Amino acid sequence: MLDVWNGLAAAFWLVVRLDPDLIEITLRSLQVTLTALVIASLIALPLAALLAVRRFRWRRAVIAVLNALMGLPPVVVGLVVYILLSRSGPFGVFGLLFTPTAMIIAQVIIIVPLIASIAHQSLRELWTDYHDLLISLNVTQRQKMQTLLWDARRALLTAALAGFGRAIGEVGAIMIVGGNIDHVTRVLTTAIALETGRGDFALALGLGFVLIALAVTVNLVIHGLGRTEREGRW
Amino acid sequence: MSALLPLTVTGAEARRRGKTLVGPVDLTMDGPGTTVVIGPNGSGKTTLLSLLHGTARLSRGTITWNCPLEQARAAQAFVFQRPVMLRRNVRDNIAYPLQLRGTRRPEARAQADQWAERIGLGDMLDRSAGALSGGEQQKLALARALILKPELLFLDEPCAALDGRSMREIETILANAKAEGTKLVLATHDMGQARRMADDVLFLLHGRVHEARPAPEFFAGPDTAEARAFLKGDIVE
Ligand SMILES: Nc1ncnc2c1ncn2[C@@H]1O[C@H](COP(=O)(O)OP(=O)(O)OP(=O)(O)O)[C@@H](O)[C@H]1O
Ligand SMILES: [Mg+2]
Repeated sequence: MLDVWNGLAAAFWLVVRLDPDLIEITLRSLQVTLTALVIASLIALPLAALLAVRRFRWRRAVIAVLNALMGLPPVVVGLVVYILLSRSGPFGVFGLLFTPTAMIIAQVIIIVPLIASIAHQSLRELWTDYHDLLISLNVTQRQKMQTLLWDARRALLTAALAGFGRAIGEVGAIMIVGGNIDHVTRVLTTAIALETGRGDFALALGLGFVLIALAVTVNLVIHGLGRTEREGRW
Repeated sequence: MSALLPLTVTGAEARRRGKTLVGPVDLTMDGPGTTVVIGPNGSGKTTLLSLLHGTARLSRGTITWNCPLEQARAAQAFVFQRPVMLRRNVRDNIAYPLQLRGTRRPEARAQADQWAERIGLGDMLDRSAGALSGGEQQKLALARALILKPELLFLDEPCAALDGRSMREIETILANAKAEGTKLVLATHDMGQARRMADDVLFLLHGRVHEARPAPEFFAGPDTAEARAFLKGDIVE
């Protein structure tokens, strides 16, 4: 119990003092995860729309693989990305290992299947609703996808939030490919792991509370945006 | 003016899982009069209309327009028995087909406002389409079809959920569309409406055209016993 209170106190002081290290780590967490989220959404949402409207030979297989990949163990993703980016790997020449870019790559791989699967569910449902009308109106494949993505945007926001939640709290993969280097690749989750290992539970807990607060805030802000828009339009 | 018609259908059949839903159907359709399609539930009205429109798969036979298929498809609109509401407000629902064809958004919305006004949805423009009543949704679907000024308009029981007054208003709008050169193909269960609107009648039974005649002759006295029974309101076997 004492640890929890110490943790709260530590977190409180870290925030109140605007601890430069804490701010740096938090901003890096946000930067890595939000970048990964944007990239992953740009890949996953059109993919989900395509899977919803287009019948091609491997559609079912792709969907099954996506669903399976949702449960991909992050540590394994980290390992694979590590091997690919390491000096002797195929992408070694770019020197990306132990940079925030490597962490972004790992997170994108982890959340694309998650976002695509959730998005596909709701787009599929919408497509059954819209099918007759859109076919009758002779829409092109592209217009079909645009219509679905636009009209399902609130459900897609939820999909993106799920991706954000998974990415911001992820530690296994980014620890491996980022290396948790102070002032370079240290983020909230890897810092927590480090402080826990060192036995500094108070600081670890403090960082943990900041992480939770961050996740909740981002969720609230995005939901808030969605709501304002809904009231404006509907 | 119609480049679309005549339409020639020969031996058209719609089959699903080895069962024939509609057909074989042979018919020709030429403008400009309104063709009313009647028949008992499950006789194939909806299926026949979507076959002609090109949204149901043709299993056998041919459907030929007087112009290339692509052009023919673009000149048609369809109002479904169960209206499809986009998850948008009324204005954007009605404007949607125009926007698909490249009309700029302000222009499309302005036209949508006019159509909504004409069809009696003028004070609901900003409401979510999903929150409209069944009858209001049917009106919306009709406005969304008419906004394209189609040469040929398929209507699958467009007034099923409308009260008497709305029905008369819609019929006036349809009569105007017809006067402007739109060919109407209307499936209905309302014999009053069939009599008011029809120039030609197609009576369907068990997926086939059982009787096809000009409306005055048909309503004066159908040739077949089944059609006579149907008109009287008896059960048709
Ligand atoms: N996709 C489908 N698969 C199997 N059977 C179908 C399908 N669509 C329609 N049917 C069947 O085909 C028959 C004709 O249906 P259709 O909807 O054309 O009838 P309808 O004349 O429009 O009836 P209603 O007056 O009830 O609207 C019905 O028996 C229906 O159950
Ligand atoms: Mg029907």
